[in-house]
Formats: sequence, structure tokens, C-alpha cells
Amino acid sequence: MRHATGAAVVALEHLTKRFGPAGTAPAVNDLSLTIGAGEICVLVGPSGCGKTTTMRMINRLVEPTSGRVTLDGRDVASLPAVELRRRIGYVIQQVGLFPHLTVAENVAVVPRLLRWPAARILARVEELLAMVGLEPGEYAARYPAALSGGERQRIGVARALAADPPLMLMDEPFAAVDPIQRDRLQNEFLRLQAQVRKTVVFVTHDVDEAIKMADRIAILQRGGILAQYDTPDAILAQPASEFVERFVGADRGLKRLSLGRVRDVPLIEPIVVRLGEDRAAARSRLEPGGQLDYALLVDDRRRPLAWLDRDDLAGDGPLSAPPGGPLSPTVEPETTLRDALSALLSSSVQLGVVVDERQSVIGLVSVEAIGELLRAPVRQEPAPVPAAEPPP
Amino acid sequence: MTPGQPFFRPEWVLDNLDQLGRRIGEQLLVTVIAVVIGFLISFALALLIRRRPRLYGTVIGLTGTLYAIPSIALFVLLIPLTGLSLLTAEIALVSYTLVILVRNVVAALESVPPEVVEAATAMGYSNWQRLWRVELPIGLPVIVAGLRIATVSTIGLATIATLIGMGGLGYLIVNIGIQRGFPTATWTGVILVVVLSALADLGLTAVQRRLTPWARARVG
Repeated sequence: MRHATGAAVVALEHLTKRFGPAGTAPAVNDLSLTIGAGEICVLVGPSGCGKTTTMRMINRLVEPTSGRVTLDGRDVASLPAVELRRRIGYVIQQVGLFPHLTVAENVAVVPRLLRWPAARILARVEELLAMVGLEPGEYAARYPAALSGGERQRIGVARALAADPPLMLMDEPFAAVDPIQRDRLQNEFLRLQAQVRKTVVFVTHDVDEAIKMADRIAILQRGGILAQYDTPDAILAQPASEFVERFVGADRGLKRLSLGRVRDVPLIEPIVVRLGEDRAAARSRLEPGGQLDYALLVDDRRRPLAWLDRDDLAGDGPLSAPPGGPLSPTVEPETTLRDALSALLSSSVQLGVVVDERQSVIGLVSVEAIGELLRAPVRQEPAPVPAAEPPP
Repeated sequence: MTPGQPFFRPEWVLDNLDQLGRRIGEQLLVTVIAVVIGFLISFALALLIRRRPRLYGTVIGLTGTLYAIPSIALFVLLIPLTGLSLLTAEIALVSYTLVILVRNVVAALESVPPEVVEAATAMGYSNWQRLWRVELPIGLPVIVAGLRIATVSTIGLATIATLIGMGGLGYLIVNIGIQRGFPTATWTGVILVVVLSALADLGLTAVQRRLTPWARARVG
């Protein structure tokens, strides 16, 4: 294992765990998979599929019956368990903050175990609290009993990241908070992960959470058997078995939509006419027999105002204020295809106006284009990236 | 009580402040030794019980049996072995603390939420580090609750130690008050035992509040 920075490659090699004597049904059965450095690998499956047991074999809270786990090629059994665990972040559903320690002391636990100098610990704690969105001045001296559920979970994540471990294990970390909080915590974690690029093993029973969080999903079925290990998009597009198909749900097409963004769809160039523009000039651009029967009226900052047909453009003189024609829903490049489709289907015009952050028009998206994307073959994700270089 | 003698003579108390101070000191020494040793033994037994949970019933049964032996009977049994000594007094008093303290230390360790133990283990605390830095601090309120009961009951029981020559407040109550028929001394001794118990209880509570500021933290 490298220093306490960067991200580790985790390999599970023929892992088997039996809790009973030989001959009893295994909880995890001959499981092999490799998790690339800096990837979020979500272990998902019904209860009794051995996902938590699998995760706990990585930091040796459970010792395998046979097989092994390596971090960057090194067998985890070759290190003292205590040392190994100090290099692996750990977040659980009930958080398990130490009630007798302040927030700052909780975050400082692993750095203290590693005997960092006090000044470095102090600086690291402040950095981490800010990173998870909690004002250090306000929170550092509080005890866990004085925190909300969401705040506790953020501290749990900060605590796990404290010593900058190359690997994080997260066991249903957001399952105990309400759906709104959960969504927020998921987004925050993804944003955080974009910065820190840890290798993350994430356990959940929730397919939607798996699809949202994962770079790769390992679907386990009862008895700890690996049913499929692939990108969320590939699993939704091509389930490897009937079990996977049932597990991801009949709405997997829609779920796939939530993986795509509007920016993934080829945009249609609209016919744009400006407020104040000469009507004849505008009319000339709306060619009969063209692809579009409508022109999009925009203001001087290219913000969409209305759809105009040829009748609306009849006459002479400058184009005036919108006649109150129907306007399409506006979506942004970051909007998920699922949300975009939903907006399109509920409006009378089957074209969405794509706008940038200043609300000016950059293109149009159609229901057909979205459907096209779903029918296209699975997008190939790049292979697992090598471990990020530690910052200078 | 001889007829005509006043029920309580405050001037005796004022004339004997020296002795009262000494007797309080003796009482406290006997008590503190008993509670400290009793706690150490209970702590060891609790750790043993944690490793082998099946021993819990046996240990609780044995300490309960010890507690059931009347103190005077225990002295009578011990005197041939250990004589009229502090050791005899302490063997008896320590035995009595065990019935309270073993249960409390076990309960204290069990009061630590399992997810906290799991997090501590997964973060790389060794077993000893986890015990000292996580489980004991979190179990402290339960441990102190046990120490309060043990201390108060030992202060009361320690008056009996005067029977084997250990002095203490029992000396005022029995040797001066009853044997010499001087109720002022008996009353003084009894009042001091009660006051001492109350002060010890309050003192331990204060210590616990100081050591566990986190237990008072709540949302708001």
C-alpha cells in the first residue's frame, strides 16, 4: 500500500466466507472482482447476499474462510489489523460517533492514533469540517448529542477521511436519514469524491442509490454469488441474468435515463428570431418544408420568450412583445434525461429549450433524440483509471 | 442512659473536635480502601465476564452469597485467620462492594452502543485503546452510579469495623455512646455517618458531571 494519499486498487480474489463449519452454506461464495483506483464500487443486493460481509473482509472485521483481499497488490492479511484499519476510512449507517468526544476530537481520532503533530491535526480538522460543509468555528467544540442526523453523518464522513486514506468503506451510510437529506448527502458526497478521488466500496440495498453513486456496481445474490459487475449503464441496458433484471426493476429504461444528461444528447439548432427584428427577415428564415415549423423568439440576451409560427410572423415591421404563445419547458445541460423527458411529456410542445446558466438558448432537445440515445449501444466507460498521483 | 443526664450535650462535641476529626479520617480511610479495592476486583471480574459471558451468573451468585453473610458473622469467621486487623475489616467490606460494583461495571461496558464499538474497532483502536479511550469514558456515568451506592453503603457498614478495633465513627456510636451510656456520642456518630454519606454522594456526582460534560449536551 502506498502512503496515506491517492487511491488504492482493491482486488477480491476467490473470497469465500462461511460462518458455520465446513459444508454449511457460505455467506460469500468464491467472489472475485477488482475495484479500480478512485472508483466508487457499489455492492448491492437483497438482504442475505453477503454484501456487508464482503465489505468487512476488506478491513478484516471479518476474516475470510478462503481467498484473499489485496490493496495495491498487497495481501491485507500481511499487515496487523489495527494498522490496516487506520489506513481505511469507515462509515456506517448509525455513524457511531464517539459521544464523549467533541466533533473536532471525533474527526481527529485516526490522526491521533497515527501520532500526527497537534498543529497538523488541528489544521486537518478545520479543513475537513469545511469540506463537508460545516463551519469549524460553530461545530468543532460541539458534542454529537447536539447534532442533527445529517450533521452527524457529515462528521462521520469527515472522520473517515481524516487521515486521507486511499480507501473508504461505506456501509449504507445514508440509509438512516430522510429522503431529502439522503439526496443532499449523496450529492455532497459525489461532489467531495470528485475532489478527493478515493477508492470507495459502498454497500446499499437500494438500486436507485447504487445507480446514482456507482462507477461500477457489483450485484450480489443470496449466498454471496456475484450476479453482475459492470457500469450502471451497462447493467441497466444489458442485465446479465433474470435475477439482475428483476432486481434492477421493470423500469430500468427509465432508470437509465437518470444516468444520462441533456448534454449527452445531440442538440437541434433552433431557428432564432429576435425581439425587434424585421418580420419579413424573420419569416424568410422559417423556410417552408424545413425541419422546424416554428421559430423561437428570444430577447436581446437570447433568453427564450415564445414559439412563433408563420402566421405569427405575418405582416411588416419589427417583431413585438410575445403574443403569449406556448413556450417549451427549459432544461439545462446538467438536467438528467429523466427529468427532461418528464418535462417534455407534460408540455404541449415536444421540444425542450436548452439554456445555459445565464438562461440563454443553446439548443433544443427532442423526445425522439432521447429515445435514440436509449436505443444506442451502451456507452463504453473508460477502464479503471490508475491511482491519482499524490498532490505535490 | 442515666436519669437526669441531658439527651445531647453540644459542649462535648466542641470539646472533642480533635477526636471527631480523627474518627472521620479513620472512617474515610477504611471506606476508600474498600471501594478502591472492590472496584479494581470488580473491574477485573467484568473484563473476565466480557470474555466469557457464561461466568456472569456464577460471579453474581457468589458475590450475592458473600453479601448475604452478616458482617458480624463474617468478622467472627475471619478473626482466627487474619486477627483484629484492618485486613479483616477490608475483606468484609470489599466483599460487600462486589455485589454492587460487578454488576455496574458490566452494565457500564454494555451501555456503550454497538455501533460505537464497531466504529472504534474499524478505525484502528487496539482492544486496550478501545477499552480505555472509548468504552470506559462512555461507561463512566454508569460506573460512577455504582461507586456512589457502594461508597454510601460502605460508609454505613464501616461503623461495624470498630468491633475489631478499627475505630472510626463506630467508636463514637458503640464504644463511647452505648458501652459507656453516653447518648451524645452515639448521636454525634450517627449524624456524622449520615452527613459523610451525603457528602460522598454529592462529591462523586460532582466529579462525574465534571468528567462527562458530553452527557449533558443536547440539541438546542
